[in-house]
Amino acid sequence: MSTSVVVSPTETLAAWESTFNQLADLLLDNLQAGEHLSIELAGEQSHFMRLNAGKVRQSGLVTDASINIRLIANQRTAYAGFPFTGDLAVDSTVALEQLQQLRQDLPQLPEDPYIVLPENYGSSREAYSGQLLAPDQVSAALLPAVQGVDFTGIYASGPIVRANRNSAGQQHWFATETFVLDYSLIAPSEKAVKATLAGQAWDQTAYTDQIQQSITQLEVLDRPVQVIEPGQYRTYFAPAATAELIGMLSWGGVSEASMQQGGSALAKLREGKSLSPHLSLKENFSLGLVPRFNSLGEVAPEEVPLLVEGQLVNTLVNARTAKEYQVTSNAASAHEGMRSPEVSPGTLSTADILAQLGTGLYLSNLHYLNWSDRTGGRITGMTRYACFWVEQGEIIAPIKDLRFDDSLYEFLGTKLENLTDTQEFIPCVDTYGARSLGGSLMPGLLVNDFTFTL
Amino acid sequence: MKFDLHQALNTLDINADWVGLRQVNEKTTTHAVRDGRPQSNGRDFTQGVMVEVLAEGQFGYAATNRLDPASLQGAAEQAYQQAIATSKWAVHSFTPEVRPKAVGQYQSPFQQPLDLISVADQLDLLVKVCDTLHVSDQIVKTSAFTQTLETEQIFVSSNGTDTHQTFGFVITNYEATAQDGSIIQKRTDNGPLARCYQAGSEVFDPDQVLARAQQVGEQAIALLAAEDCPTATTTLVLAPDQMMLQIHESVGHPLELDRILGDERNYAGSSFVKLSDFGHLVYGSPLMNITFDPTVPGEFAGYAFDDAGMPAQREYLIKEGLLLRGLGSLESQVRAQVPGVANFRARSWNRAPIDRMANLNLEPGQSSFEEMISTIESGVYMEANRSWSIDDYRNKFQFGCEYARLIEKGKLTKVLRNPNYRGITNQFWGNLAQVGDASTFAMYGTPYCGKGEPNQCIRVGHASPTCVFKEIEVFGGAA
Repeated sequence: MSTSVVVSPTETLAAWESTFNQLADLLLDNLQAGEHLSIELAGEQSHFMRLNAGKVRQSGLVTDASINIRLIANQRTAYAGFPFTGDLAVDSTVALEQLQQLRQDLPQLPEDPYIVLPENYGSSREAYSGQLLAPDQVSAALLPAVQGVDFTGIYASGPIVRANRNSAGQQHWFATETFVLDYSLIAPSEKAVKATLAGQAWDQTAYTDQIQQSITQLEVLDRPVQVIEPGQYRTYFAPAATAELIGMLSWGGVSEASMQQGGSALAKLREGKSLSPHLSLKENFSLGLVPRFNSLGEVAPEEVPLLVEGQLVNTLVNARTAKEYQVTSNAASAHEGMRSPEVSPGTLSTADILAQLGTGLYLSNLHYLNWSDRTGGRITGMTRYACFWVEQGEIIAPIKDLRFDDSLYEFLGTKLENLTDTQEFIPCVDTYGARSLGGSLMPGLLVNDFTFTL
Repeated sequence: MKFDLHQALNTLDINADWVGLRQVNEKTTTHAVRDGRPQSNGRDFTQGVMVEVLAEGQFGYAATNRLDPASLQGAAEQAYQQAIATSKWAVHSFTPEVRPKAVGQYQSPFQQPLDLISVADQLDLLVKVCDTLHVSDQIVKTSAFTQTLETEQIFVSSNGTDTHQTFGFVITNYEATAQDGSIIQKRTDNGPLARCYQAGSEVFDPDQVLARAQQVGEQAIALLAAEDCPTATTTLVLAPDQMMLQIHESVGHPLELDRILGDERNYAGSSFVKLSDFGHLVYGSPLMNITFDPTVPGEFAGYAFDDAGMPAQREYLIKEGLLLRGLGSLESQVRAQVPGVANFRARSWNRAPIDRMANLNLEPGQSSFEEMISTIESGVYMEANRSWSIDDYRNKFQFGCEYARLIEKGKLTKVLRNPNYRGITNQFWGNLAQVGDASTFAMYGTPYCGKGEPNQCIRVGHASPTCVFKEIEVFGGAA
């Protein structure tokens, strides 16, 4: 018979911080002359519950953490990633083996002219505790309120850690306990009310209130679906749809490396073009939802303006790109995508959205966006969930899904008529490999003559 | 002391109807070079165990990277607790029959071991690839990428399952970006990361690799001077490196039973296919024959058992255009009461298995490439995917390719750039007019098929001959 080990989130975080620091000390103490090292930790203790039709499809817990070390010596660099178990004896052995393996790999690599040595940009420690549901209480908390409706989605919760140490003496620790409920209430027409509820403290009343609101919104989806022919229509993009469109700029848009290497959809902005004066976009870390340090340990400014009134004023630059192209770093991520984007609000009040739209399409969500011509700035994608045909300021009917294909130089340029005067926080719900942090602050967009093709 | 999964199972103390332990150990090496200079080089190692417990008709799981008896006992108790706490709300009451006893082994095929090529040799080849891609000063960026993975997966259970599968994966990507003023064109080696195989270091044969790199560079330059793809409704010929994406998005995903059962409606989406369509729906023309086949040697998603322990075997999903069978695991099959396949797959030890594609192939037909082109009065031939988008029911799609040629009077003529096409799945496959023979057949794959909540990227393989579709809407890039 085995003795069991089940560790609470709070105990896990405390143990991980202590073990990580001891492990980092050990690695740094073992460095040889001329060697530089950066050490990253990413970890989580997550409860995932998958839901379908108001029932539980799958439920379980994942405790996972990993270390990534990067060794630099003789103008060469390589990395090694390995599990972080929190057991110092186990992790020390693996870490020292990996360090030794990197020493064998480095001489086999060519010199790297754009190598960035670790620096001490200053240290930080942020820890946000949460009040989350115990894993065995989640189904009883979520499901009674959604019986009688087709409730489908995922609940994810638990602590997440990001940490960074380096041989220049820098130390960063970021820990947060969060939950995200990402759900759809699906109507018999297969249209859906899509919503998220996220935070650091579970509030049962807030949850049941939000579900009631979503159930009320379902009623309008009961109307017969209307087929809209492809063409150009006045179109309102709700904040979640705006987040999808703006999110494309993290994929070959605002990256300086992408701009320099012929892969940016925003290259025309460097050639004198501009977007709508209504449009301003920035990285805003003041919300504290994501760490400001990147994988090199650089700390981003609290705000990095990217588009100001339609003009490209900055791209995202990390130290490696900065060195290669002789520009200034703003501590962007390795891929120079946005980590905490915010689009500034406009002047369109929420109460006036339908009236200002007049006749056209109200799109709550978009799906599966891709560049159809990246250098031309053209994006294709689909409408999804609750999308409506509106006539003279009145919702007429949900629509059969439409494909769009239009250039950002048009719909974020001359065709952008206004933005809502309020923003919504759209949490990042991705869980590929690990739970994502943060999200974006987005208003709605009112666009003239948006192009639908199929 | 070395961790022993069998011993760990034997020492578990849990009062469940079934317990399974799935251990995954995976070593990845990655090398990336841009413009002949090192970009990213390193190794990753992950290992852990997922404990699955069946109690009161519900599965619960817990996964940990701490490989010691006490941690696995703790994980088993957490998994049991999840099963009990959620059994009242379960979508289906399962029995151990969805985890049949399986015993056996699998080993990826290879000609030469992966460790035969040193880091230095690997980097030397990648630098040469960049040099070869740089066929002219109009090439403004060259990239060469390789990734090798050695994966070991062990699955043991309380009803006697004992499988051991070891995989060797190789992924390569070589690409050139060409620029002439504001015209920028990128060409890759059959599409980004499309060359994915279960193989060994034979994949790095320098003569073959550099010959392909030369062609990639030359075609990138040719695209700069090319005309834009015309806007027309015409005959479309797709090479296997684009058929891969066409099969994946418009056949693979809509046939996943978990999508049809509604599990994915909040994320990846649903399907236009209904459970009542199996055995009845005419999915495409009589030339359309689609197989699920994890037994094809060297194809990216080969295996002997899925993560439920179901033995993998070749099955026709669509035969002569008729839909026969879905991509559904034993769990989906008992929920849906339709036939399925061995496709219950998890990305790694830290994710629970769900219905996935594996190797999904279009079987060859009778026509040679030259015969097919010679029959086309006017059309467009496209190669290598560069853009993909399809709706959540897998109906309305729009795909773009890297490279195209105009077909005029039975011959391939001008090079065309920015080729795109769009269509609706059922109509599109109904317009399948010719299927190439085995001489046109090629095998590719992708490491990044995304799906599931929590999200998982999984490896899939797709093989196809060149195919001809009639009356398809094609068009070019931004004005």
